[in-house]
Amino acid sequence: MNGVLTIAWLTLHESLRRRVLLVALILGLAFLAIFGAGFYAVTHSASTLGRGVPGGPQQLIAPAFLSMAGMYAVNFMVILMAVLMPVDTLAGEMRSGAIQSLVTKPIRRSAVVLGKWLGFWLILMGYLLLMSGGIALTAFALSHYIVPDLSTGIPLLMLEGTLLLSLSIAGGTRLSTLTNGVMVFGLYGLAFVGGWVEQVSALLGNSAGSYLGVLSSLLIPSEALWHLAAYHMQPPIVRDLGITPFSPASVPSDGMVLWSIGYVLVVMTYAVVQFARCDL
Amino acid sequence: MSEAVIETRSLRKQFGNKTAVADLTLTVGPGEVFGFLGPNGAGKTTSVKMLLGLVSPSAGSGRVLGKPLGDVKSRARVGFLPEHFRFQDWLSAREFLEFHGRLYGMPAQKIRSRSEELLARVDLLDSAERKLREFSKGMLQRIGLAQALLNHPQLIFLDEPTSGLDPLGRLLVRDVIRELREQGTSIFLNSHLLSEVEVTCDRVAFVRRGLVVREMALNDQTAELEVELKIGPATPELLAGLAQFGRNVRPLNGEVHLQMDREESVPALARWLVGQGVPLYRLTTTRKSLETLFLEVMGEDERPG
Repeated sequence: MNGVLTIAWLTLHESLRRRVLLVALILGLAFLAIFGAGFYAVTHSASTLGRGVPGGPQQLIAPAFLSMAGMYAVNFMVILMAVLMPVDTLAGEMRSGAIQSLVTKPIRRSAVVLGKWLGFWLILMGYLLLMSGGIALTAFALSHYIVPDLSTGIPLLMLEGTLLLSLSIAGGTRLSTLTNGVMVFGLYGLAFVGGWVEQVSALLGNSAGSYLGVLSSLLIPSEALWHLAAYHMQPPIVRDLGITPFSPASVPSDGMVLWSIGYVLVVMTYAVVQFARCDL
Repeated sequence: MSEAVIETRSLRKQFGNKTAVADLTLTVGPGEVFGFLGPNGAGKTTSVKMLLGLVSPSAGSGRVLGKPLGDVKSRARVGFLPEHFRFQDWLSAREFLEFHGRLYGMPAQKIRSRSEELLARVDLLDSAERKLREFSKGMLQRIGLAQALLNHPQLIFLDEPTSGLDPLGRLLVRDVIRELREQGTSIFLNSHLLSEVEVTCDRVAFVRRGLVVREMALNDQTAELEVELKIGPATPELLAGLAQFGRNVRPLNGEVHLQMDREESVPALARWLVGQGVPLYRLTTTRKSLETLFLEVMGEDERPG
């Protein structure tokens, strides 16, 4: 365990020294500032129009839509960070030979993989909590809108980030940096398209398209997790009206969550086994 | 005799169709400074990597500090300076040593005191707060050496430890090796600099095309003792008589040369010549340099060009 924590500390330290955390924090705060300004402008003009019953669906549409747009952007940034931060960590250090001074110490190779995973996971989750929390707090502060069921939605986004982070770490034990990045983004793209094919097919009642979407979600369940999180983080009335692009026509089942957790475990087991076996 | 610190039997490493190491069978004793010599591509680095558990052997077996290759716990007693040292260059020299000390599982207080001691030893105390990315190649090599010494290793692998160093840096490494030897640390030295090996190693192995072709002790090089005699007429009978003291007896440029097996036989040779009534004008003994031996062992076909 000491080895895992030491490598995690090194990973955090590296992110700090390479100003990854600083850049992410500054741009994150800039994002929240723009989101807040936009949110205020839109919700203020919507309320001055004075239409709809207070607390009714018309009054909820603007903040619910903007909050979900903000969450969608946060989700996308988390995905980028989950893939890009660790994409070079093992592949790059294996190529340069820097890994040799680590794995010849009295720690298991699995500690290197798990320590790096833990370090990046802490950064990623911190960023996700900061940004999604910022969105929810901004929405509440400016319009008293409470993003529903954050306690379910945010863990789902955390699971999505964890899944892509794990894929990026695992890919690095076998592939070069570039190939690893292409592979993980390629898989994410596949899930993204598959997810939307599933949603559109569900709207049109096309079962073949829906199956295709489910199949892509089984291959990589990232987009399904987003759709499930989006489902939970919208007021039921807005969600059921289907008037925002974030209202899923087909809601992934809870089984997909279990599948995703199993997916992470299998991917990380592969990463540990592969790294333990490879010649360095 | 104490247990060998390194013991391998027919270690082999195959990368696809390419044989990197064909048969590595060697033993390194406790406190021994062992030189591992060979041309580029001979399999030296792959051999070191197998001993350290970085590369798994395709066949054969080995033990390091009495444990199977790759044993995690025994690494606490091993130090390693890689040939291509690439370290965490965003760390300062002091942070770098502290981080590696933590990897060794050393207590914080011990890490701090040992780091100070080693920074001073490798002459980097003034640069302790500088980032490694600002270091020259020689400075990186010295901090790498400090890292390899952090845990007071019982066995240390030095892969080309002087390749990036100026003469003063080389002298420093040589002194460190001497100190380690005095402390009883075993050293596995992989180096191209034969002059360095010659003055630091107790024993060497020559490796060619993945095979250990010769092992010899450097402090007992009697097999390579060349004797030059300036004497009276070298009759066939005299040459035949000299053969009892050595081999390859031959007249050369008005002198007689031979190779002797034991330095202790030199006085007996002189007595025999005088006893035979042969005028003896000069008797000199020379040893072949390691470089000459290296070229002989490797053969002309290993020479580039």
